[in-house]
Amino acid sequence: MTTSTQSAGSVAGNSLRRGRRRPIESIVQVLLVAAALVSIVTTVGIVIALADPTIEFFQQVSLVEFFTTTSWTPTFAQKAYGVLPLVSATLVVTAIALIIAVPIGLGSAIYLSEYAKPATRRVLKPIIELLAGVPTVVYGFVALFALNPLLQKWWPTDNGPGFQNLLIAGIAMGIMIVPTIASISEDSMAAVPRSLREGAYALASTKMQVSTRVVVPAAISGIVAAVVLGVSRAVGETMIVTIAGGLTSDRVVFNPLEGAATMTAFIANISSGDIPVGSLDYDSVFAVGALLFLITFALNAVSIRMVRRFREVYE
Amino acid sequence: MSAPTLTPTRPEPSAPGAALTQRRSRPGEVAFRLAMQSCLVIAFGVLASLLAWVLIKGWNRLDSRLWTEMPTGLTSRLDGAGVQSALVGTLWIISLVAVICLPIGILSAIYLEEYADNTRWYNRLLELNIQNLAGVPSIIFGILGLGIIARALGLGFTVITAAIVLSLLVLPVVIIATREAIRAVPQSIRQASYALGATKWQTVSRQVLPSAVPGIATGSILALSRAIGEAAPLIVLGAVTFITFNPDGLDSAYTALPIQIYTFITRPQAEFAELAAGAIVLLLAIVLVMNSIAIFVRNRFEKRW
Repeated sequence: MTTSTQSAGSVAGNSLRRGRRRPIESIVQVLLVAAALVSIVTTVGIVIALADPTIEFFQQVSLVEFFTTTSWTPTFAQKAYGVLPLVSATLVVTAIALIIAVPIGLGSAIYLSEYAKPATRRVLKPIIELLAGVPTVVYGFVALFALNPLLQKWWPTDNGPGFQNLLIAGIAMGIMIVPTIASISEDSMAAVPRSLREGAYALASTKMQVSTRVVVPAAISGIVAAVVLGVSRAVGETMIVTIAGGLTSDRVVFNPLEGAATMTAFIANISSGDIPVGSLDYDSVFAVGALLFLITFALNAVSIRMVRRFREVYE
Repeated sequence: MSAPTLTPTRPEPSAPGAALTQRRSRPGEVAFRLAMQSCLVIAFGVLASLLAWVLIKGWNRLDSRLWTEMPTGLTSRLDGAGVQSALVGTLWIISLVAVICLPIGILSAIYLEEYADNTRWYNRLLELNIQNLAGVPSIIFGILGLGIIARALGLGFTVITAAIVLSLLVLPVVIIATREAIRAVPQSIRQASYALGATKWQTVSRQVLPSAVPGIATGSILALSRAIGEAAPLIVLGAVTFITFNPDGLDSAYTALPIQIYTFITRPQAEFAELAAGAIVLLLAIVLVMNSIAIFVRNRFEKRW
């Protein structure tokens, strides 16, 4: 008895003292820090990969020409490097996608969170999450071969949408974003405490009043974060616009029935061909990439801030 | 006797009842409910019919040719064509992504949750950096691969380059999911372990991680399935060619399912659309089965403390 307690005591004492010197503990720490550094290295790598060719690009093309002229034709004999056509096409597609995805996504979230029976919700929520994982090349395919022929058939006037156009790319992208917006805003609505709803019901509010005046305002930062994330995904989405959005970039296109290249579509298109490394065309891919990176960086910053607010309130 | 006195009180209890029923049948309420419901129905209806359309479109190609035959760019040889090299390429890439990305992601998450001091600026920077990386467009990762991994490191347009790029792309998904799983393990478990004389790493590896396995598994599977479906970074990495052989090593040229689908779609001849649809069904089957397993694991095995 006595010996065993003594030895147990000394073992514990040993391990306490030895614990600090155990090699495995420090090896593990080094490994963990090294793993964590990978993501920092990734960001640094992205910045370096973008910066070097971008600086070279702007030594030959002025910032003023890049941001103010309205023709982007690196592959033409007459080369022009005004990025506005790519930016405007990106804006048009993103706007169409949001017009579709925000109301449908939010409506679905409100229904799931406030109206649906718990059993319905338990079944539908995972399915929505499942659908958020459909690869974007699939949406590009259905946009080009299923949705666009329908759109052309139903179009009331003669000069309808072309083979590739911004409208169909925007619609497909909207359909793509719906599950993301629905899922994240539903999460934030579900996080609104029951007591807020019950308080409103006690004041004789109707279900609609509770949904629109209590739940939605209380969950607004989560909803905004979901929408901003949707915008960020739409701006950075590549496959749908490359397949169904068109290639025109020699002028600014605002008519959604025409095709036009977005920033991502330009990068994808030009890099599927052969471009000589170090040429101005090669560098232009990186310059557009840098602009895209900055835009999404700003959107992410807004979204991260919003999510933090939403977590601070209820956790 | 008592009946006449009761009758006037009868409307009293029924009055709130009437108000309740009235409220339920208010046209605005009904319209709102219907509008919200139809949003959900539209969302599901559109997505379901699109997936059904792909299935019908690719129906004729859903046989063993899909995985026993090689892709082709010629209409004349389309009948005996499949996507074997793309399927094998995808399997190669995804195994490598699992080997590269999962250990790094899980270790990073352990560092952030168990070891890092959150009040230090560099740890907060690390956290913000990961959140930001999660939102960087996938094509930017392609540019990273093109500029640094393929050219500066000289790995070229090979299987290993694709695997590294996709690993970095889905790394934030693994880290964020693992962190949440670790955070859900109650502090008392750790304290009990320390009280029994366990060291930090013993506590983490023998108590915290085993409890967090379902959450980590879910995040890992979702990350891998996202990597399987990504096409944009691989386009930048020069994968858009007809490869009619299976990759045989890390430095081999390759194609992958989403890239092969894109290549079929860009063919001007309509016959290729059918083969693309067949390949999409194969891709969707892999991705959706993986995601279902992930969601099932999360809903079924996650511990509630």
